[in-house]
Amino acid sequence: MTQSNRAPDVAAGRLSDEDYARNFADLHPLLSPHEATVEADRCYFCYDAPCVQACPTSIDIPQFIRQISTGNPTGSAKTIFDQNILGGMCARVCPTETLCEQVCVREVAEGKPVKIGQLQRYATDHYMSENDMTPFTRKAETGKKIAVIGAGPAGLACAHALAVEGHDIDIYEAREKAGGLNEYGIATYKTVDDYAAKEVGFILSIGGITLKTGKKLGENVHLAELRASYDAVFLGMGLAGVNALGLADEDTDGVLDAVDYIADLRQTKNYADLPVGRRVVVIGGGMTAVDIAVQTKRLGAEDVTIAYRRGQDRMNASEYEQHLAQTNGVKILTWAQPKELVAENGHITAIDLERTRDDNGALVGTGTIIRLPADMVFKAVGQTLVQTDLNGSGPNIQIEKGRIVVDADRKTSLEDVWAGGDCILGGEDLTVAAVEDGKIAAASIHRALSA
Amino acid sequence: MADLRSDFIGIKSPNPFWLASAPPTDKEYNVVRAFKAGWGGVVWKTLGEDPAVVNVNGPRYGAIHSKDRQLIGFNNIELITDRPLEINLQEIKRVKRDWPDRAMVVSLMVPCEEQNWIDILKKVEDTEADGIELNFGCPHGMSERGMGSAVGQVPEYIEMVTRWCKKHTRMPVIVKLTPNITDIRKPAQAAKNGGADAVSLINTINSIVGVDLDAMAPTPTVDGKGAHGGYCGPAVKPIALNMVAEIARDPATHGLPISGIGGVTTWRDAAEFMALGAGNVQVCTAAMTYGFKVVQEMIEGLKDWMDSAGYTSTDQFIGKAVPNCSDWQHLNLNYIAKAKINQDLCISCGRCHIACEDTSHQAITNMVDGVRKFEVIDAECVGCNLCVNVCPVEDCITMEPMAAGEIDPRTGKRVDPNYANWTTHPNNPMAVREAAE
Repeated sequence: MTQSNRAPDVAAGRLSDEDYARNFADLHPLLSPHEATVEADRCYFCYDAPCVQACPTSIDIPQFIRQISTGNPTGSAKTIFDQNILGGMCARVCPTETLCEQVCVREVAEGKPVKIGQLQRYATDHYMSENDMTPFTRKAETGKKIAVIGAGPAGLACAHALAVEGHDIDIYEAREKAGGLNEYGIATYKTVDDYAAKEVGFILSIGGITLKTGKKLGENVHLAELRASYDAVFLGMGLAGVNALGLADEDTDGVLDAVDYIADLRQTKNYADLPVGRRVVVIGGGMTAVDIAVQTKRLGAEDVTIAYRRGQDRMNASEYEQHLAQTNGVKILTWAQPKELVAENGHITAIDLERTRDDNGALVGTGTIIRLPADMVFKAVGQTLVQTDLNGSGPNIQIEKGRIVVDADRKTSLEDVWAGGDCILGGEDLTVAAVEDGKIAAASIHRALSA
Repeated sequence: MADLRSDFIGIKSPNPFWLASAPPTDKEYNVVRAFKAGWGGVVWKTLGEDPAVVNVNGPRYGAIHSKDRQLIGFNNIELITDRPLEINLQEIKRVKRDWPDRAMVVSLMVPCEEQNWIDILKKVEDTEADGIELNFGCPHGMSERGMGSAVGQVPEYIEMVTRWCKKHTRMPVIVKLTPNITDIRKPAQAAKNGGADAVSLINTINSIVGVDLDAMAPTPTVDGKGAHGGYCGPAVKPIALNMVAEIARDPATHGLPISGIGGVTTWRDAAEFMALGAGNVQVCTAAMTYGFKVVQEMIEGLKDWMDSAGYTSTDQFIGKAVPNCSDWQHLNLNYIAKAKINQDLCISCGRCHIACEDTSHQAITNMVDGVRKFEVIDAECVGCNLCVNVCPVEDCITMEPMAAGEIDPRTGKRVDPNYANWTTHPNNPMAVREAAE
């Protein structure tokens, strides 16, 4: 039986440069013009199309696809940007198989939906290859000023929509670069060639938006000050905290937060610099778990296991993502919850998992323990809102279940503060949902400031 | 077992698939390849008088494509053969000698003088070809010189030239008709009056396939200019079918043998032409798109269909659909059909609904009890078939005839079991009134 009595095997540069290049290349390369035209021709131009209903941002999908099929990809991109200024990133990262493509009538008819995501990318990439600027023109300046916290999808979408209306926006971003999870999260092979940064530049080209990086709410910028000096505030800072496993010795070497490692992967100039374990165990069942599992495998880890405490059908990672993990050689171990981290000389060497079962809806441990040898254990069990960043400088915002409470207009309990993205109650952990939050909030802010 | 052997006006071929007079039949090399591939016969590309014509040296063809580059319509500005007459004649003679079981028909086009026709007929006879086809159809290049469709558009000329040919040759004469005319029956009647053994149709249709919006010129473009060409390929089949049927139905030409041409691409196309009265078919675009091998699908497909339908020879179904070709005024107005949507097949695209709602009779729902659902409202459905045509799922929507005696919810009237048409309808001011009135 494999035991933990050997030195941890964590090493950088496990693969050749060619392997790294291949492993982190675009997962779905851009369609060629002919492929796009043929794929676009598959769209039935449905009445009251189910795909539009399924899109959180209500992109007029039949219209943009028809514009591709008629040789007007520029017009197609405008149709997309009309509803979703981050349409380019959404085309790359949306779990289309559970959104537009899941309800495509072609999926119903033949199990092969129109490749809506890839067509959306075709149109938006075409547009951005020919234009540096967004297709919108700013209206006359209103003199109103809005502070946006967080330059992620929600904040960027909100800022762009407000800038179009002629308002001035300052975005406060804690990190060095704008983009949020588009820049620091998300598997590398989903967004290659520094696309997140290009998209930020594209969005800021509207004008009227000032980006202030290195400004972290609760540290060097405070909500009360912002409320005092701006006409409105939008909170889109996401979830900066990371859930713990709740085990002893989580600070053991080799036990890492998946989101931190993914950020390193996204920022690295050289994959060979990143140390990776020979045997990796990922705890979690969402997109982040799949992203870290597949990427560590592609960095050269030999044996990668995702351990999830419930059945595969309950995993938050979409079926497509689960397949992606499995076709990359990642094992998905279900009905197993972390019980104990096993370390030697301060470094993780294995993890003990307890078998679980469903007892009338309640998850219970069976007492059976499996020991998985591991040189690295990644925690991918969700993120949290750091409430101290938010409250303390003035009146408190209403928070429930650890998230900011908003109304249908994404307005918080404070009169002049709106919020959107992952930090709000009901947030869906989706780029496209964050964009919609930003849009809705911007429309509401604009109405409030125009009243 | 189906026997595909064909006897068209005495010209025998192992199957009813001939290559039409066109680029694929311009040379011995091509025709021999065609015969090796299995084609039953050819109509050699149109011969004219020396000196031979010249073609443009830029693009001769243009096309309409589907999104996946399926060639749907085809257009050409090529002329008759541009090779010396003598070379063509030698090759025709040699091919006929080497392939005696295949049909060898020679297409001809010379100026409208009797002597010109006498001269060329003699030369063609020497090749021992099986027959001639008079090219009265070519819509470009030759018509400007008083030949091709310039003749085909004047029934008197057709009759005159046909008569000369019948007088001066023992070979059977097929007259090829242009569709660029209002009533196809007139030139067909003229050909028959002139003694033609058969007509063949359609030749190509005057066309511009597209406009280059940068060059602001029709395509294909030759040094910045474009000219109209002749349209053919799958897109023209419905036009050709109608013209074939018109001639087959016309009492003045009924029984006149017809060689069907126009977009024949598959065995089914051929069977449809033949059902409407064509004794055989001629093919060009399908061969130019896919190569000569396409004939093998046509041969096998036609045989298989004949076997399954119980036909042993082509004679048994040639013209069989002609009696059912009627005119609108004779269609039964008491026949009432309603669209029916098979909910198990429906994929809920909603195209039937929006087509009916926006452009027709508001007879299809989009919501039933708050759920997306597409159902026919019988009280509004006029049975127009639009929903069937726009539905992307085959056989999902069907037209179901109502039984006699049922109440039509649209009109509230009982379905009359008796046949009645427009000619006797009370709303028709020209109606033939009952004696009692």
